[in-house]
Amino acid sequence: MTLNATFIGQFIAFAILIWFSYKFVWPPLVNAIEERQKKIADGLAAAERARKELADADARVADEIRKARVEASTIADRAQKQAIEIIEKAKQDAIVEAARQRAAAEAEIENLSFKAREMLRQQVAELAVKGAEKILAREIDAARHRDLLDALAKEI
Amino acid sequence: MSAALFVLPLVAGDSPSEYVSHHLKHLTQPIGQGGFWTLHVDSLLVSIAIGILGIGIFWRTGRKATSGVPGKFQAFIELAVEFIDGQVRDVFHGDRRFVAPLALTIFVWIFLMNALKLLPVDLGPAVAKGAFGLEYFRLVPTTDLNVTLAMSTMVLLMMFAFAIKAKGGFGFVAELFTAPFHAHSPLLKAVLAPANFGLNVIEYLSKPVSLAMRLFGNMYAGELVFLLIALLFMAGGQFLFGDGATFGTQVGGALAFLGGVLAGAGWSIFHILVISLQAFIFMILTVVYLSMATEAH
Repeated sequence: MTLNATFIGQFIAFAILIWFSYKFVWPPLVNAIEERQKKIADGLAAAERARKELADADARVADEIRKARVEASTIADRAQKQAIEIIEKAKQDAIVEAARQRAAAEAEIENLSFKAREMLRQQVAELAVKGAEKILAREIDAARHRDLLDALAKEI
Repeated sequence: MSAALFVLPLVAGDSPSEYVSHHLKHLTQPIGQGGFWTLHVDSLLVSIAIGILGIGIFWRTGRKATSGVPGKFQAFIELAVEFIDGQVRDVFHGDRRFVAPLALTIFVWIFLMNALKLLPVDLGPAVAKGAFGLEYFRLVPTTDLNVTLAMSTMVLLMMFAFAIKAKGGFGFVAELFTAPFHAHSPLLKAVLAPANFGLNVIEYLSKPVSLAMRLFGNMYAGELVFLLIALLFMAGGQFLFGDGATFGTQVGGALAFLGGVLAGAGWSIFHILVISLQAFIFMILTVVYLSMATEAH
């Protein structure tokens, strides 16, 4: 159990080992560990970022879909309204046209019936005159009583 | 231990006490005049070899270390590195670039030196004698006080270095005389200075001595118990197969052998704890002492 030069030898060996550890062993191991820690942290951050981006994209897509749906429904509404308007307008046009046609027809009828009546009156007057002529052939001088006969025909 | 029986003929002494003292002798080599200039060749050889082996493994792993996905072995080495770095971080608040590798060196080296204890006590001497014709060989370097005291002395010197670096040369010397007892008047300071200095000397000396003695004592005592267990095997073997063995002595021998097996297994398992714990204690106390040295009283 005596102390001897072994002490010195061990002391030197220890010093060399410490120096070696400090210089060559520890730094690369710790560097590797720290680098990996950084990589993992970066990876986690990237994953988190991607997750957030995905959520954003999802929200955007949902928003777009909602907007498109609203737009589609407004377009459909407008189309329907337009269709109703067109039909309504057509109906109105038809009614106006029908009224116009009827008015024209009525005017024509009026006109024709007037003409017929005029003709009828004329003929009745002539008939009356002819009848009167036949009855009064001997007593009435057609030329003398011309104005009288015309007034009569007008009256009929 | 279990191998003790088979190598006994190579190294066994004539009597139990001779067996034990034979196992406790170092392989020595005088290198100069006087008793001091003697080397324990076995301690130095084994400790340096195992230090190179242990630190070399870490060095090789570190050189090929990738920051990508580590292999299983690199992961294991990194586990050890991170464990030690974590321990140092808890205790030492400052730049760990030197203290952490120091702690690693201490832990790995002492752990491996201690771990040699789990080899059969007769294996070292038997191989030394059988293969190299060496009379004595002590395998476990930490059972040599020179080894543990050299390491703890290095720790003491580093405590000085850390203290001087933290407080400056003057501050360090001043603190030796003004702490732990503080005074304000110059007269009281002068009165307290010797007491302070004495206490500081004791404090500084007690640290390396306790470090060295704790490790050495645990390992040496453990080694002695292993030797006693080996003696139990030896006795069992002699009773079983020795001249004039009767049925009675054979039963006794068998019992002694069985006791040796149980005691050896138990003590070995216990020493798995002891070798790790002692390496850890030496490491953590070193870090604590260095931390204390950098902090002002």
